[in-house]
Order: sequence, then structure tokens, then C-alpha cells
Amino acid sequence: MSPAVIAASPELVLAARPHRFARTLFAGPATVVGAAIVALVAMCAIFAPWLAPHDPNLQALASAGQPPAWYSGGERTHLLGTDNLGRDILSRMLWGARIASIVGLCVVAIGGTIGVACGLVAGYFGGAIDMVISRVADMQLAFPLVLLAIAVVGVVGPGLWTIVATLGVTSWVQYVRVIRAETLALRERDYVAAAVATGASPGRVILRHILPNVASSVSVLATFEVARAIILESALSFLGLGVPANVPSWGGMLADGRQYLDTLWWLGLFPGLAISVAVLGVNLFGDGLRDALDPRARE
Amino acid sequence: MIGYLTRRVLGAAYVLIGVAAIVFVILHLTGDPAAVMMPPESTSAELQAFRHLHGFDRPLVVQFGAFAWAAVRGDFGDSLRHGTPALGLALERLPASGELAFVALAFAVAVAVPIGIVAALRRNTALDFAARVFALVGQSMPVYWLGIVLVLVFAVQLGWLPTGGIGGPSHLILPAITLGLFTMAKIMRLTRAAMLEILRADFLRTARAKGVGPLRLVVHHALRNAWLPIVTVIGIELGTLLSQAIITETIFSWPGVGRLAVQAIYDRDYPVVEVVVLLSASVFVVVNLLVDLSYAALDPRIRYE
Repeated sequence: MSPAVIAASPELVLAARPHRFARTLFAGPATVVGAAIVALVAMCAIFAPWLAPHDPNLQALASAGQPPAWYSGGERTHLLGTDNLGRDILSRMLWGARIASIVGLCVVAIGGTIGVACGLVAGYFGGAIDMVISRVADMQLAFPLVLLAIAVVGVVGPGLWTIVATLGVTSWVQYVRVIRAETLALRERDYVAAAVATGASPGRVILRHILPNVASSVSVLATFEVARAIILESALSFLGLGVPANVPSWGGMLADGRQYLDTLWWLGLFPGLAISVAVLGVNLFGDGLRDALDPRARE
Repeated sequence: MIGYLTRRVLGAAYVLIGVAAIVFVILHLTGDPAAVMMPPESTSAELQAFRHLHGFDRPLVVQFGAFAWAAVRGDFGDSLRHGTPALGLALERLPASGELAFVALAFAVAVAVPIGIVAALRRNTALDFAARVFALVGQSMPVYWLGIVLVLVFAVQLGWLPTGGIGGPSHLILPAITLGLFTMAKIMRLTRAAMLEILRADFLRTARAKGVGPLRLVVHHALRNAWLPIVTVIGIELGTLLSQAIITETIFSWPGVGRLAVQAIYDRDYPVVEVVVLLSASVFVVVNLLVDLSYAALDPRIRYE
């Protein structure tokens, strides 16, 4: 690797020294808290079948509407109480972490791939391709996302993968603008000119010389997009257009609990808290990641 | 300036045509409106007559062409459910939505900008810390959950405010807070960051050395330079706000365009959905055009060629 390349990308220097990067990343307590929350949600998602004390869909009307264990009338077998159908809230919350993680990661994988590819192509080639991509992005931005999602879910019917596909395809626009702008700047660098001069094809220049230099922006954007996907999925589930009722998702639980707010308040409180805390954790981690990768953004 | 304006207006027109085409195609894939609108015992001849009456049996391109030509003249067709013009239905609901969105946005800006400025000036104090925590939490809370909690506390438990519907100013408080909080958090964060950047600038040190008082320093020297990013983010956040208004209106039974749209999608009332989507896309496009034009007013160095 030539010195010019190293000078052009501080994040590559950091990546080459993982210990130093980790030290920079976890310098602030907020990032540590964020990472801990993300790790906790991930653990719940992975080990939900073993951690959950009950079957999340097991209905037991005899024990329906039990308050959390520390309230009078609560039982230790149902730590966070049961819902109106007697399903164990804690078990459903743990499985809900799995749904939130699947949605967050898959949406980012789909949207990130489309968005980064379009941003790189638009920024590198410019001209007509750039104009078309930018115009489509403008249209997407002007379109109320919730309405679009409702309409698409109406076509295909509600389901976990419908939600993932809809949110994934519509989230590309968040990446395009940033990656396009960065590619425009990187295209003028000497090392790109050098690569072109030595006969590298456009595909090679984009993948080997530009992509690694936008990687840090992509990782930060992707982190915030995970948070957005979790919120949007739960909003759609709340409107009754998300994952089917037998899949325990936080948004669905919250929607179910809405009509029991004044009596069985724990039905809505815990899933709402779970969404807020998970999103907060991802956002905190994203802030830390951005500060570590871009020293100029450090406050 | 004229050339720039023409180009921008043309660009906006492209965007709106594209949005119209996208929503048209998606809606016409959602299924057969005849099956939804007609009674279940209808014969296939009756269904066919219904499709023919509304032109659903023509090719999609022809349908879109007819729709676009009529739309240019302000005719979006009649609502399949209500039988009245779709545009009229949407315009009827527009003042309620506009009122809610305007109050929410004004509330967000009025709280976020001063607190963002003070947080930047008193950096690393308890106040700054509180503002940053608030901004983070505000951006992490789902709108509808916040709405539910507010209703539970202030309407159900305390009984201070109504749970929903439209009426006097008291009906506006909870929906406006619900809708405005996310945007408020975002603007607060950005104001703080923009101010911190500008407070480091040389011209501020010069101004301070000249003996400019703190209030004048902030208002005349710092804020005038910080407005640009703040106004930009307000324009972009409007899109999020319009989306979230749909959810807020649903929670608070607010008789606005958002609720009309959700109901129209369930009913497959194509003309109404078309109008609502185009209306909200137009608002977004126009506001962002105004934001771009306001740059010249906010920063005299910017001139449009």
C-alpha cells in the first residue's frame, strides 16, 4: 500500500491497530453503555429459546392479566406478568429481541447494499446515471415512508419478510446522499488518478480504492439505520401492518397492550421500554463509532 | 436567479410526476377494488360493470395517462367510498393536519434552538449534559409509545387534557408534543453542534475582543451563521414529521389527512390515496425549495446563478 493511500484514510490506520481503535472507540462512557445494551439485546436474541421461561405463544387464560412479580397478585413464575391471554411477557420480550435484531440487520444489509452501490456509481460516473439516481432519491425523500410501507404491505400482505423487504428497499436513500458526496471528493484524489493511469477498470477503482475509504461512513450510517429500522418495524406492527400476531414483536405487543393501558399497563410499558432502550443503545454506539472514526466530529 | 428558479421548479415537477407514478403502480397492484367495494354477493357481470365504469379494465399505462391528464386540471376523480371529489376530501382535512404539523414544528424549534445555544455556551455543565441526554432519549423513543404514555398520564390518570379529537387549544397540546419531540431532539443536537463549531471561529474571538456583549455576540455574530444548517435540517426533518403525523393522528383520533390516508389504503380508495400522497410530497418539495431559497436571505454570500 502506498503512503498516499494511508494518508488518505485515517480509519485504515486505526483498523491496522485494532487495540488502539478499540481504546479510541470505548474512551467515552456513553459508547460503553451503548455497546453493553447492544450486546445484551444480541444475547437475548441469540439465546431466546434457552432464556425464555415459557413458550412465548402459550396461552393460559387461568393466569391471564397477572401483574409483574413485585406487585401484589404477581407470581415469581411470570417475572414481568402475563398479558390478556395469559402469555408470559418476559418470554415474549426475549423473543421480541430476536425479531428486532433480524429486522435491524436484514434491513441494513438490503438498504446498505443498494444505497452504497448507487452512491458509488452516481458519484464516480456522474452524468446521466448520477442524475437518474439523484432524481429517484428525491422522489423517495418526498414520499411519506409510512404511507409507502402501508401500501406495499397491503399488496403483499403482512409478514416479517414483507416488512424487512419494504424497509430495506426504502432505506437506500439514507446512504446514497452521503456516499455520493464522499465519492465525488475521493474521485479527485491523486491515488485514484494513479490507479486509473495504471489501467485499473472503473469497477476495480470503485471496489479497491474508493469503497474502503467510504467504509467508515457506511458503518456509522448503518448503525443509525439499525435504530431507525427497529422503530419503523414497531410502528408498522403498531398500525397492525407489521409481523403477524403469532410472532412476538415489541411493536405488536405494544399494539396489543394499547387497549388495556388503564388496567393491564405492563402490557404496553415493557415492550415500549425495550424499544426505547435498544434504540438508545444503538444510537449511543453509533455516536461513539462516528467520533472514533472521524476525529473532526469529536465534541 | 430566474434560471435557477426555473430549474428547481422543473426538478420539483419531475419529482411529483415520479411520486404520482410510483404510488399509482403500487396501488393498482394492491388488488381489485371491485372485490372490495362491491357487495360480496355481486355477480361477475356486476363486478365487470363496476370495473368498466371506473376504467379499471384498461391497461395500466392508459389509466395513468388519463389520471395524469385529469390531475393537471385539478381533477383527481371521485372517492370510491364517499362518491365526492377526492381532492375536496383531502383539502377539507388539510387545515387540521396543517395546524397540528405547524404547532408541533414551531414548538420543536422554539424549545430546541434556545436550549441548543445555551448548551453550547455552557459546554460540559450539568445543563449541557441534560440537554444531550434529552436529545438522545428523544431520538430513541417511538412516537406512538410517547403518545400512548402521554395520554395515559395526562388524560387518563390526571384528567387534565382530552384523550383525542379536535377542539380548543387543549386538544392540541398532547398531539403536538408527541409529534414534535423527535424533531425537537434532532434540531437541539444540531443547534448545539453548529454553535460549538462557530464559537471556535476567529471572528467570534475578534468580536469578543472588541468588547461585544454576550447577547449581541450570540444573536448577531454566532446565530446568524448557525441558521444555515438549522434551517436545512428543519426542511429535511419535515419528511419525517409528515410520516409521523400519520401515526400521531391515528393515536389521537385527529381528523387530518394522515388518518384519511390510512383509512383510504384499507378501503383501496385509490383516488384519495393518490391525492394525499401527492399533497404531502408537494408540501415537502415546496418547503425544501423555500429552504434553499432562504439561504440567500440568511447568508448574503450565497447567490444563485
